[in-house]
Amino acid sequence: MALAKRIIPCLDVENGRVVKGVQFVDIRDAGDPVEVSKRYNEQGADEITFLDITATHEGRETTVHTVEKIASEVFIPLTVGGGIRTVDDIRTMLNAGADKVSINSAAVFNPDFVKEAADRFGSQCIVVAIDAKCVSKAGEPKRWEIFTHGGRKPTGIDAVEWAKRMTTNGAGEILLTSMDQDGMKNGFDLDVTAAISDAVPVPVIASGGVGNLQHLVDGVKQGKADAVLAASIFHFGEYSVPEAKRFMREQGVEVRL
Amino acid sequence: MSKQTIAVIDYGMGNLHSVASALEHIAPQANIIISSDRRDINNAERVIFPGVGAIRDCMAEIRRLKFDKLVPELLASGKPVLGICVGMQALFGHSEENNGVDCIDLLPGEVKFFGDKLVENDERLKVPHMGWNTVKQTVDHPLWHHIGQGDYFYFVHSYYALSGAPEQVIGRCHYGLDFDVALCHNNLAAVQFHPEKSHAAGLQLLKNFSQWQPDQ
Repeated sequence: MALAKRIIPCLDVENGRVVKGVQFVDIRDAGDPVEVSKRYNEQGADEITFLDITATHEGRETTVHTVEKIASEVFIPLTVGGGIRTVDDIRTMLNAGADKVSINSAAVFNPDFVKEAADRFGSQCIVVAIDAKCVSKAGEPKRWEIFTHGGRKPTGIDAVEWAKRMTTNGAGEILLTSMDQDGMKNGFDLDVTAAISDAVPVPVIASGGVGNLQHLVDGVKQGKADAVLAASIFHFGEYSVPEAKRFMREQGVEVRL
Repeated sequence: MSKQTIAVIDYGMGNLHSVASALEHIAPQANIIISSDRRDINNAERVIFPGVGAIRDCMAEIRRLKFDKLVPELLASGKPVLGICVGMQALFGHSEENNGVDCIDLLPGEVKFFGDKLVENDERLKVPHMGWNTVKQTVDHPLWHHIGQGDYFYFVHSYYALSGAPEQVIGRCHYGLDFDVALCHNNLAAVQFHPEKSHAAGLQLLKNFSQWQPDQ
């Protein structure tokens, strides 16, 4: 027996509803986040990640209440991301019942924010989310850069170097999303996942691109991910969490069943 | 019988909401309080001593609020106390974390760093030890009632404990090496994992604690 690889359903939440974009554009409705979280909890999900994509202030108040409701009914780790920009934002989410917060753009604008957050709250609750896109041309050695604003804005920062820097600053975990793969259902970008997993001492969550259960196995075996995150394959009932876990176990991946 | 109060000691470190909601879930008849008031804590029938974050910061707050004196008093009064995660590590005499920090010194043993060269079957292991791992119950104990041998619990820690008193160990885990994750001495219990985040097995452990009669 060993540490299990984690399966993490991800809820993209806007104004109190779970939504899921295809490459962050086309939105379908997948329900009430509290109900969806309870369903995954009952199914044996190892964690839940809640990404708030609400833009307005009023919407964010709703988010805090939603997180409170989820945390009082779901007894597995809960990560909350989206719009985390200040130490106060982190405190609000942790007080609402989140176990970890995921910091994305704010880390790019101010890398010291991650250090400040880790010093204040401990690395165990600081996840740095990286949205990476392949920028090398065909034939060149592969290279990825990080993008902000839902994948729209390039930063010119190398994704592997950035992941190393963020863990040095105190990130306890890396949530890596491939912007090339997200919503495409062709599987994770295994190269960038493995490159970052090899480069950092902390766990890496692979995200973006899951279309079937083999993709989850590939993320762990070839991508060397410690956890795999998926949304639409679970939200729309294509696969359940137990089905995913049984499949992974059959393929020799240690999972909690 | 009046309903029992379970106090979660608050020294400003981390999210106590999770522990409190898990307790409310498993003991709906109990009065659950989160408190840093020693009178409230003393009046409770059972006490949870949680902890997350760095041990240096935790110990600084524990000392500032004089909880390093309160915990031994609680134990002397006979009420069940449960340390969780850093709350467990703080019960040892010393931790290697933050270049060495002296702790409350109620449990013999040591708290050591997993290190950055942790390996299993030629595979480098990530630190922190984060996620679900199996716990081997080394003795039959009321805290393990209705929990399966080898059930998974949720861990997140970079330092591990090795007890200096084998008779106090009730559960062990393996991650590159073997270490102690559940301890019991008289009315003091302590676990490295987070029962409040460990789904059914964790809730069962909290329920067992809420009913535990250490002197029987």
